[in-house]
Amino acid sequence: MSKDIVDLITAKHNVRNKKRKLTGTERFWLIFRYISLIFIWFLVVMPIYVMVINSLKGVKNVYLVNAFKLPEKLDFSAWSVAWSGTDYFPQSISDSMSRTLFFVIQSAIISAIIGSINGYVFAKWKFKGSNFIFTLFLFGMFIPYQAIMIPLVRIATTLEINKSIYVLVLAHIIYGIPICTLIFRNYYEAIPNELIEAGRVDKASMVRIYRSIILPLSIPAFVVVLIWQFTSAWNDFLFAIFLTGGSPKLAVATTALNFITGSTNQVYYGVNMTASLIVSLPTLIVYIFLGRYFLRGLLSGSLKG
Amino acid sequence: MGCVSKSVKNSRPLSSRIGGLLFVLPSIITVVIFVYGLIIWSVNVSLTNQNSGSKKAIEYVGLKNYTDLIVDERFTHSLLNLVKFTVVFIIGALITGFIMALLLEKGIKGEGFFRSFYLYPMAISFIAMGTVFNWILNSARDEEAGGLNLALQKIGLGFLQNDWYVGEKGAMYAMALPAIWQTSGYVLALFLAGFRGIPDDLREAARVDGASESQIYRHVLFPQLTPTILTILIILGHISMKAFDLIIGINGKSYITQVVAVYMWEATFDSRNYAKGTAIAIVLLLMIAIVVVPYLRYNNKQQAYR
Amino acid sequence: MHKSSFRLVAAAAAIALAVTGCSSGSDSANTDKEFEIFTWWASGGEAAGLQGMIDVYTGQNPETEFINAAVAGGAGVNAKAVLQSRLDANEPPDSFQAHAGMELDGYVRGGQLEDLTSLYASEGWDKIFPADLIKTLTVDGKIYSVPVNIHRANVLWWNPATATKAGVTMAPATLDEFFADLEKFKKAGVTGLALAGKGDWAIAHLLDWMLLASMGADKFEGLYNGSTSWTGPEVAAGIKNFQKALSYGNKGAGNLDWPDAGKLVTSGKAGFFIMGDWASAQWQSDGLKLGTDYTFAAAPGTVGIYQWLSDSFTLPVGAPHRNAAIAWLKVCGSQAGQDAFNPKKGSISARTDADLALYDDYLKSASADWSKDRLVGSTVHGVNGNNAHMAAYSAAVGKYFSGGFKDNAGFAKDLAAAYEAGKA
Repeated sequence: MSKDIVDLITAKHNVRNKKRKLTGTERFWLIFRYISLIFIWFLVVMPIYVMVINSLKGVKNVYLVNAFKLPEKLDFSAWSVAWSGTDYFPQSISDSMSRTLFFVIQSAIISAIIGSINGYVFAKWKFKGSNFIFTLFLFGMFIPYQAIMIPLVRIATTLEINKSIYVLVLAHIIYGIPICTLIFRNYYEAIPNELIEAGRVDKASMVRIYRSIILPLSIPAFVVVLIWQFTSAWNDFLFAIFLTGGSPKLAVATTALNFITGSTNQVYYGVNMTASLIVSLPTLIVYIFLGRYFLRGLLSGSLKG
Repeated sequence: MGCVSKSVKNSRPLSSRIGGLLFVLPSIITVVIFVYGLIIWSVNVSLTNQNSGSKKAIEYVGLKNYTDLIVDERFTHSLLNLVKFTVVFIIGALITGFIMALLLEKGIKGEGFFRSFYLYPMAISFIAMGTVFNWILNSARDEEAGGLNLALQKIGLGFLQNDWYVGEKGAMYAMALPAIWQTSGYVLALFLAGFRGIPDDLREAARVDGASESQIYRHVLFPQLTPTILTILIILGHISMKAFDLIIGINGKSYITQVVAVYMWEATFDSRNYAKGTAIAIVLLLMIAIVVVPYLRYNNKQQAYR
Repeated sequence: MHKSSFRLVAAAAAIALAVTGCSSGSDSANTDKEFEIFTWWASGGEAAGLQGMIDVYTGQNPETEFINAAVAGGAGVNAKAVLQSRLDANEPPDSFQAHAGMELDGYVRGGQLEDLTSLYASEGWDKIFPADLIKTLTVDGKIYSVPVNIHRANVLWWNPATATKAGVTMAPATLDEFFADLEKFKKAGVTGLALAGKGDWAIAHLLDWMLLASMGADKFEGLYNGSTSWTGPEVAAGIKNFQKALSYGNKGAGNLDWPDAGKLVTSGKAGFFIMGDWASAQWQSDGLKLGTDYTFAAAPGTVGIYQWLSDSFTLPVGAPHRNAAIAWLKVCGSQAGQDAFNPKKGSISARTDADLALYDDYLKSASADWSKDRLVGSTVHGVNGNNAHMAAYSAAVGKYFSGGFKDNAGFAKDLAAAYEAGKA
């Protein structure tokens, strides 16, 4: 059924793309649209372009004054410094990459499973007060996290989980509950109740309906949530820095980036740019290549109220 | 979680009402502890004189921390900054996202390509982008210019060069630019979803009635987008109020671009005045609540009708 | 509030532990398998220098695994926040970095640091560190940290070629000469003074020097012990000079971080630069030569005064590996440790007996001054005011600077309020 929803969008899309001769005005507007789209594309890509050209200028002598000039000759030394480290950059990005992937993927998968179960209940098995509780969940998304770091670190320390990377897995699962629940709930709301009712008539249990009817329809929502949680956990700095307490043994991408760029009395913008670029690449790739799935998830009603 | 796997194993038919509650109970407990518990903790601290920097005994001081904020020039400054930032950011992102959606709405060859690229800024953190935007929006002009000022010169709009986020008046407006850059692709996606959620029959019917394209947009399509716009407003509004990484990443804690979340950080961690820091946090949360809660209630009612 | 009482009990227990630890002798051998310091040194010369010091330490304590927990970010902005959350959760590192001086005030008042005075006596540091330094480090008769380095804040930098072009032939020794030279630069079409506004601190750094230069060392120190008024004529005169200096600044200073402002000087686009001596380390690493590409003098009006700042290490109450920490502090204060660290960090040893052969020409000259100059602390880098004071001070400067430096009276009032904020 949800396949139908997705197909509907792509189908619509195809109908509009059907080939026929364009009139003069239509051609003008088409060209206008392309020019505008390409112009916007340049604006959107510019920051990455600046990062890329400055990452190819070597380690030293990169400053604002030459930031917008192309490199005189290609110099990849900043890449090897940022990736593998030197005595001036003891913490390299490569050390932290697998650790980051490890925790980000775990928290994304578990978040998605929890979100799916919650969304299922809030959409299809409402109980007394469930709407109210769901609203409370949503409101939880809005707390300013900086404000709760002090007690959070205290809790993590008391539970003695602050010495392991699982502290970050847990944090992202916990604070991901609201958004993941929201995405799944809205997605499941769009699934017709008749399907569930049919199951109920068959005396199928809640769990069986979930497994046999809901879960197979959930792929698009899973993709959205996985991408969402992946990027937000990958990019998170606040939880990472507070909950790992700065330990190099728990360095993840953003904290490693902070290690590299945070030098206080010699600043190497070339390395900073390169490290920033490397840290951004995984999420960038996920969005560029999976963006259409993410969008498809959005289009399937995921984030619409 | 434990309770979930257990019931799966037994696949015991549960009565629906209770069963639903059981499945979400672990999440409810977690949210209650880690969200509401910590909010209560914050409220509690905000009513005391707790200041980690001193050894004096902790006492309850009522609403003193809140009343102090009203006359705190630093706080009103950061609040005003936040308002300016929010207004320009929301309007800017809404308009850019909308224009982008209009360009793509009917489908165009290469749509997927553009969409994906437009969406990617969402994927990147300002922890990584801070310095780049510091450079792009730098205020040097004419022969020393770089970034946007240089680009403006190159396309013959040199007179538009300005101080961006270090200008006395326009700082927060300029600070909204990177925020717009980051979110307009997302707004585009939501608008696109909105447009494509409108049944084709409506368009066709209007066309049959002899409406022009622009009339169709104005009278048929745009009114249908109201719920989408509302959603976007809420999402952008709360992103804006929590703005922190972006501002710290680009301009550090500079006074000129301080917003509420930055001031809260300063009060909590530099001045080590927990009571004041939590009071600011609660004010921020209340502000967000004023925006979000009516929307959430409205949404719930909508759902009830389905 | 039960939470606070819990904290009190925990703190009391920790203090009791610390006391018994002390009585068993602070010289007990280090048998700890692990040792964690907390710094904001994670890259650049400071990381390389730290590694040098770590090597000295592991040479002496081969059994102990050394962990450098670091949270980077200019002058420890993030680090202080994370550190605070750890101290608050009773999870202190074994030793942490902090600027020497009043920056430690909060930790001392909160009972979070152990007294290290006995270590100073047993290691002979009370003799080997300058008396002025010891005086500043001492709070109510006790010393709470070990300085590993000294930076100088009041240094004037310029590019000899640019100066010659503008007809500036010798370093300005007084403020009058300084302003006259700024005028020469202006006539030659060069920005007089390179400013860096990002994060406000470098502008505050300039003010700190200007106040010192305008009122002299005694009055300046009076600002921080209450004998000079922030709303008095001395500060007003200082602000007036500051205003004048800012008017010679580069356009678009607001976004610049200090390395970019420094680049204006070395590339001949600006005349003078008032910055701490880490500027030299940055330029050295860019391959510039002292004397030809850039040169320096004591900042005008402060000749014979060494405005210093220092990174130091502490012993938190309840440190899990206390013996290892004491061994570390001994390395921090030792000649070998400081000489391993400082040449790479680009600072001088706090000790008066450093092996100067290891240091570059700038640092040699700074070391010579260190032993003979009047020592005055830097406000912006944590010596004179605590964190609350600093935060308000730099915000006041940011407000004045971004407001186009017009409201001198309001500025003085904000600075006075910042001083009061530090006492709260």
